[in-house]
Order: sequence, then structure tokens, then C-alpha cells
Amino acid sequence: MATAKQTKGVELKHISKIYKDPKTGKDFYAVHDVDLSIAPGSFVTLLGPSGCGKTTTLRMIAGFESPDEGDIYLGGEPINELTPNKRDTAMVFQSYALFPHYNVFDNVAYGLRLRKVPKAEIQRRVTEILALVELEGMEARMTNQLSGGQQQRVALARALVVEPGVLLFDEPLSNLDAKLRVQMRTEIRRIQQKLGITAIYVTHDQSEAMSISDNIILMKQGVIAQMGSPMEIYYKPNSEFVADFIGECNFLKGRVVQAGNGEASVQIDGTPVTVETDKAVSTGDEGEIVLRPEAIRIADEGLLRCKVELSCFMGSYQNYHVRVGDTLVKITDNCPINKKIFNVGDTAYISFDKACAHLL
Amino acid sequence: MAARQSAKLDRKKFFADPVMVITIIVLILFLCLFIVYPLAILLVDSVYVRGTELYSIGEYVTGQGVYYRQDGSVASDSSDAIYAKLTSPDESLADRLVPLYATTGLFAKQAQLRNSEETLYLKVVNATDRTAWLPLNNAETVASTPMTYKQNGRIIKSMEGIEASELCVQLNANTWTAEAFPRIFRDYTFNNALRNTLLLGALTGFGSLLIGLLFAYVDVYVHIRSKIIKKLFDVVSMLPVVSPPFVLSLSMILLFGRSGLITRKLLGIPDSSVYGMWGIVIVQTLTFFPVVYLMLKGLLKNIDPSMEEASRDMGATRWRVFTTVTLPLMLPGLGNAFLVTFIESVADFANPMIIGGSFDTLATTIYLRITGGTYDITGAAAMAVVLLCITLVLFLIQKYVLEAKTAATLTGKASRVRMLIEDKSVRYPLSSMCLVISVFVVLMYVAVPFGALFKLWGRDYSLTFKWFTKMFTEGGWKAFKDSFILSLISSPVTALLSMIISYLVVKRKFRGKAFIEFTSMLAMAVPGTVLGVGFIRGYAGGIFRTGFMQGIYGTGLILVIVFVVRSLPVGTRSGISALRQIDKSIEESAYDLGAGSGKVFTSVTLPLIKDSFFSGLVTTFVRSITAISAVILLVTPRYLLITCRINEYAEKGEFGVACAYATILIMITYAAILLMNWVIRRFGTSRTVNGKESA
Repeated sequence: MATAKQTKGVELKHISKIYKDPKTGKDFYAVHDVDLSIAPGSFVTLLGPSGCGKTTTLRMIAGFESPDEGDIYLGGEPINELTPNKRDTAMVFQSYALFPHYNVFDNVAYGLRLRKVPKAEIQRRVTEILALVELEGMEARMTNQLSGGQQQRVALARALVVEPGVLLFDEPLSNLDAKLRVQMRTEIRRIQQKLGITAIYVTHDQSEAMSISDNIILMKQGVIAQMGSPMEIYYKPNSEFVADFIGECNFLKGRVVQAGNGEASVQIDGTPVTVETDKAVSTGDEGEIVLRPEAIRIADEGLLRCKVELSCFMGSYQNYHVRVGDTLVKITDNCPINKKIFNVGDTAYISFDKACAHLL
Repeated sequence: MAARQSAKLDRKKFFADPVMVITIIVLILFLCLFIVYPLAILLVDSVYVRGTELYSIGEYVTGQGVYYRQDGSVASDSSDAIYAKLTSPDESLADRLVPLYATTGLFAKQAQLRNSEETLYLKVVNATDRTAWLPLNNAETVASTPMTYKQNGRIIKSMEGIEASELCVQLNANTWTAEAFPRIFRDYTFNNALRNTLLLGALTGFGSLLIGLLFAYVDVYVHIRSKIIKKLFDVVSMLPVVSPPFVLSLSMILLFGRSGLITRKLLGIPDSSVYGMWGIVIVQTLTFFPVVYLMLKGLLKNIDPSMEEASRDMGATRWRVFTTVTLPLMLPGLGNAFLVTFIESVADFANPMIIGGSFDTLATTIYLRITGGTYDITGAAAMAVVLLCITLVLFLIQKYVLEAKTAATLTGKASRVRMLIEDKSVRYPLSSMCLVISVFVVLMYVAVPFGALFKLWGRDYSLTFKWFTKMFTEGGWKAFKDSFILSLISSPVTALLSMIISYLVVKRKFRGKAFIEFTSMLAMAVPGTVLGVGFIRGYAGGIFRTGFMQGIYGTGLILVIVFVVRSLPVGTRSGISALRQIDKSIEESAYDLGAGSGKVFTSVTLPLIKDSFFSGLVTTFVRSITAISAVILLVTPRYLLITCRINEYAEKGEFGVACAYATILIMITYAAILLMNWVIRRFGTSRTVNGKESA
């Protein structure tokens, strides 16, 4: 691919969007005070459950919606007042939104023709981009003769070919089957890396978000819940919501009995458990330890005593539900073949590295 | 909550798009001028009475009148504008000063009246025998032709033998009045017409509902073995939809009239009469039942068969299933269909005109008030308002109450295929009823071309081309040319306009959208006659009688506009339903890739709904070339329209020529529909559309 036009950073300064609730007639914030800065060339995902304002945020960047508060900058320029067709963005839609009356070539060439690009160059650029998305030779196909994955590639090519300052994705993979989804997200990541283009990606699928992004912005009810790299968000969630939304999670409640040196000791089921924390906690605080199921070991000996309530072979792992005190803890014990399998009703012990646990 | 900057931003973005802004302004202007304004002026006309006061001019005619200045002082020289003081024979009215031209000599020796266009002139001869024509009143008189009256209000046709002292003119006296409505409600003709109209609407509504339901039920529930019969049902249900509105009236007269083929020839009834209420009811029912059939068919298909099977399973008979399950489920739909036909029937002009005889409906009464001897425009306007209220209320109920209810009770598709009824005791009676009706309808259509081919219907059934020859020698070519050209002009305009409206309504957000949507749909509820009267009142004297845009009155342009307005709702409705099925992100992606709204519309929206556009083209053409109710009031001798000619010949009793016109008209509309279906099959995206949606 030819050297892409310089890609642009995006800045949202205290963006809010107010909608009217159709039932109660009351105004509410669909997006509230979202303030973030996206570096040029990075891949950022807006993640969250439905209704969290992620798509609204994306549509505000594209220009389909206007923010009620705040300003949006694209490459340092304020774009609040620009209509979508005047913004240097290109969007890949959930439904692909291909033009059904055009063939693949014309679909991809649409944006270039609007920009009055010379014919020969259109030909060259469309061919290049179709090669990039691995659709060579499909130029003359009508869009309804393509599979879902191919349609998705055409939509991607159509957005890429105009070399936008920023590429927007609105849940682009949700209409594909699970296997294809995994394949396509790797593709998207590969192409984005190759072109070095800024991408903002909206999804509600946390595994998609983790696998594809440089940074994840997790949203909840219009507010940013947490921003950070996938690993930060996974291992250092700042709230129960974040922890629970990103992957499976166990919460162990207890009272802090000792704190200091980036560590804290929490009394759980009568046993003091030491975990790392970057929070300022002091003795006597109520604390909650976040534990990922795969970070827990189950054995005849260990830290906390537990009773097995469910034991289920899942192929790559053994799935346990155990009871620690009153709390249900889920454990995935990987590669169980050489390990002892505990049965329902057995008593066992769990343990974990203090680096794998995180105190809320 | 904090300041809402989105409204401001949206406005800025909106105005950054000049194509859309201009389109919307033009659209709103068009709708205001040609739908809202004519209807509003009717309302005004029915409460704002113009010039019905009589004033004596005798003194001036005899040269004894005294002239005044504007302030009322007696004018003794010619330096000022001069006024004549006119006294009304009605003593309750005050004298009025009427401006005259300043004349060189002052006192008239002799005076005389001249009619010229809209203004009344008084010929004044002064002492030095110089003459001048003085406009007696600046504004128009009530009637379009000014008249002189006797003191008792009688129009003077000849000046001979009239005492000068008796001469009066009618002057403009614009007053607000609540008089028109009480007056028409006391008027026997109006009350009679109102009663007739409502009765007719109800009878036709029920009739169409019964037949439509029968056809729909047989189509969806009953197994019909013969392919030919199925095909026949299809044709029959489509024929009245594509044919000119009065064809059935013509053939009704031909088959069942005084010299009717069936009544006289076959049954030997010498003086059967089809003119009157039952004639109209039969003709309207046959015209409108296909609309009901199509509506109910859609509904019945959506009923989940398992509900009825559950009822059958619990021991209900077929009849009980029908009355306790099927019927209640489609009750709102039935109401909906009933109201649609009711509106159509009430608004229908052509059939009552041709076959009504002395059975006057509101539509025909309004027409006669304007064209007949009693030129009573205030009364006609008030009646038009009453008619409009009836259709409007029904339309609103139908659109906002019943349509929503229909959608609520029958949602989604049937879960699986229905077991068709094989039972002979059900199959035979139902399908033979349909068969009888179908044969009857086909017979009616066949009668028309034969009506044009027989030498003298009722007496001499030998074939001849003389009616066709007569048609062409008596302005037939011009009628076909005019009708054809005017319809051909209005058809792309309407199709494009309705696609633009649909696009704006479905895909865009802006202030005034609700107005555009409602107004363009409103035209569906406005009877043609009402619209026609509105256009006369609105444009005969220019907009608000200022003379502005008066030029379009009496031209082909106003006919084209009427065609456009009348077809707009149909095109818009089909455009809206086509666009609702198109994912909004397709247009958004074009917009996002850099296309402005004009480009989005032409490069994406229009190609995607081209089927709807094609069918809009043909539907408008067919509706226009068969339209009569509004245009018959607006057409001038400059243009001959086929439909008006048919009406004319049918009124004169020359059914041969009327049938000749109708035959060729049917051929034209049928060819248009065939062409459309071919085009859609050849170039369209998917489905085919049959004909216009309503007569």
C-alpha cells in the first residue's frame, strides 16, 4: 500500500450527549463528560454493554450526532460544526452498509469518485486495496453474491481506500459467525498495523476488544469506567463492574488487617491473604480481592479451604465451582490431565500468586 | 442540564447543506401553496362573505346624483378624487361613498353601466357632453360577471323598461359572517346531499367489505383447484383498480339501464332504472372492493393458523372458528378497510355524476353550485368544508387509531403454511359466489368496447365505427393529446417529488418534517371536488386575491399541479414503505464517505428505490389521465380532457362516444401498467407492483 496520508489523532474534550427518554420524557445523559485523547496510529476500542454510549460517541466523532457539551478535535482541528461528509473519517458499519446496486469495484471506488480522483488512479488504488483485503478478482461481483466475511472486507476496503484521518468501526463483526469473527479481527488488526492508521472500534465483545486494541475504553451508562491497555484493564480493574465485564471474575470480600509497601493483607474466611495493591488502603478498611478463575490453583493443600460444588470437564480445562466461606469461587484448572480431579463434595484448598490478585 | 449545544450544531450542519435546505424550502412552499392554502381559503370563504349588498345608482343614471369628496363634503370642482354616494334599498345599511375618477366636468347629465371583466363602470356624461367610464367600485363584485340589479335584488338582464330609480349595483362588502353554515344546514339540497353521501358511504363501505372479505377469505383459506378461476379472481381484483373511475357506471347503464342489454333485451323489463342510489352503490362497491380485498388479504396471511387450529381442536365448527377467532382478530383491520372505502365513496365524483340521476351527493352538489345557475360560492365553500371535515375525521381515525391497532393485534408472520379448506360444503358455495361476482365484473368491462362498436345500443346491435369516427372528429385527438401530455408531465414530477419527500421523512431529521409528512398524506383525505373548489377560490383572483400568481389559473399548469397533488400521497406512501426497508447506514456510509445530501439521494437512495419510483411514474400517469373530480372544475376550453369529455357525452346520453373514449382510455392505462411491469421486471430490483392503489 502506498504511504498513507498522515493519520490523525482524535481528542474528545468533555463530550456529553443528552437524549430524551421516550417513555418518561425526561432528559438523560447518553454520554457524560467523556474526555479522552487518542494518539495518531493507535487502535482504541470503545467497549461496554449495550446502552453505555459507545456507539453514540463514535457517531459523534463521525458527525451523525452532535455533542451537547464539549468539543471534538480531529488532527488538532475542531470538527464540531462539520457535517459527516466534510470530516476526514471513514466508518465501517455493523450491517456493512454496502451499496447493493453497485459491484465490488464501484462500492470501493465510491469515495474516490466523490473526491474527483483521476480514473487511472482510482483503478490502481482500488486494485491495491482489494489485494490488501484479499479480494483480488472479485471486482465485478455484486455485493449480494459475497459471503458475510467478504462483504465485511469490501466495507473495510471502501473505508480504507479514501485514506481517512481516522477509521471508525461500529461493531463490524457482530453479524459474522464466531469463527469468522476471530479471523476477521486478526485481519483488521493486521491491516491497521500495516497502514499505521488511527482506528476507533466499538464493540460489546470483551475478547474482541482485548485481542485487537492498543487501548480499551470501557464505558458504563455514558461514563468512562476505565481506560488502559488490555492487560491493565484485565488485571487491574478499578471497579467491580470493570472486573466483571472483562472476563470471568471472583470477588473475595474481607477486612484489611495490614497494609503497606504496595501490599495489603485481607482477612478472608479467617485467613489473612496478602495481595499487591497500588491503592492507599489502611487497616480496618473493607476490601475486595479480584481473582481471575485461571489464576487460582486447586490442590490438597493451599491457602484457603474450600468445598467443591461443581466439577466439570471442559476439554482444555476442568471447571470448578467451590465455596470459600459463603463466597462462590469459579476456577478454571487448565490442562487437567495430569492433575488430581476433585469431585463434588470434596474438600480442597485454593491458592494464588499475590501478583495475580488485585485489591479493589 | 447544561446548555444544549447540539441543537445549535445540528442547525449549523443543516445549513451547511444548501441542496437540502433549498429542497426543503421549495417543498414546504409547494405544499403550502397547493394543499394548505386552497383548503385554508375554503375555510375563510365559508366565514368571510364578500359583497352582497345592493346600492342604488339611479340618481347617477338620471344625472341627479351629488358627488362627494372622500371626507364626505360635497365636491363642487374637479380638483379632487370624486366619490359617488350610493344608498342601499336596505335601510339598515349605511350609505357608501364609492370612488370615481376625477373628471373634468363634474355633474353627470346621463349615466349608463358597462360590464367589463371584474369591474363595474358607470358611464358619466357631463355638462359639456364629455363622457367618461368610471369604475364604480375598485374591487370585484361578488360574481365574476358584474350585474345590475333591481331594488328587489333581481338581476336585470335588459335595460329596457327599467325605471332608472330602480337600478342597483351589488357592492363589495367584506364581512365576517357565521351565516354560511347555518344557511347551508337549513338548505334542503345540502341536507339531502349530506344524508345521501353518508348513506352511500356506509352502504358502499359495507358492500365492499363483504365482497372484499369474501375474496380475501377464499384466496387465503380455500383450496381452489382450477388455475383459470384463480387467474380470473386476480384479474377481477385488479381491473377496477386500473380502470377509469366511471367505466363501471357506463357499463351499468348499458347493461341494466332503460335500454339495457340485460334488463330490456334478456329480461324484457321496459323501464328499468339504474339511476339513483342503488346504481351508485353497486358501481362503487365493484370499484372499491379490490382495495379491501388487498388490505384484508395481507391481514389474513398474517394470522397464525395454529390459533384457528387450536380452536378447531377444541371442538369448534368452522363457522365458530371464523366468528370467534378470525373475525375478532381482524376487527381493527375491517374497520380500517371500511373507513378507507367510506372515504373513497364520499369523495367519489364521477360515478354519482353519471349514474346518480337525481340522487345528489355532496361532491356533485358542490360541483353544481359552482357550475350551475345558482352561483353560490360561499355556500359551495361551506359545503366543501363540511365534506372535507367528514373525510378528514375519518382519515385521522383510520390513520392514527385503526392502523396502529391493526398492527398491534396482528404482528409478525404466520408461523407456518395454512392447511387450505378442502371441504366441499365450504368450497363450492364460497368459490361460486366469487365466480358470479367475477363474471359480472368482466361482463361490465366487456360491455364498454361493445358500447362503442354497436350502432345504437338497445335498438341496433350491428357493428360500426361511427362512434369512434365521431369521437375523433369532435375533438377526440385534442382530448387525447391534452390528457396525455398533461399526465405525462405530471408523472415524473410527482414520482420525483414523492421520492424526495419519502427520503426526507424516513432518513432525515429536521424541523418541519412532520408538516411535510402530514401535508403530503393529507391530500389523500381531500376529495377532488374540495381541492378543485379550493383552487378556484384560491387562484381565480390570485393568491389572497392580490392578483399574484393569477396567471396560472386556467392554464395547463394548474391542471398539472392538481394531478401532482392528487397523486402525491400514493407515491409518497409507496416510497416511504420502500425506504423503511433500507438500512439507514447505507446512506450514512455514503454521507460519511463524502457525499452531500444531493449526491446521496441521486447515487444511493434513488437507485435503491427505483421500483417505487417507476411505479410512482405509472401510478401518477394512470391516476392523472383518469382523474376527473378536481380537474372538471378547473379545466378551461383551452384544454380538452378525456375524462371530462366522457362525462359530457354521458350526460348528453351519447353513450356510444363516451364508450369509445373509455375504451381507448382503458387501453392507454392498461398499456401503461404493462409497460411498468415490464420495466420493473427488466430493470427493477425485485417485486412487481400492480397499478394504482385507489381509484
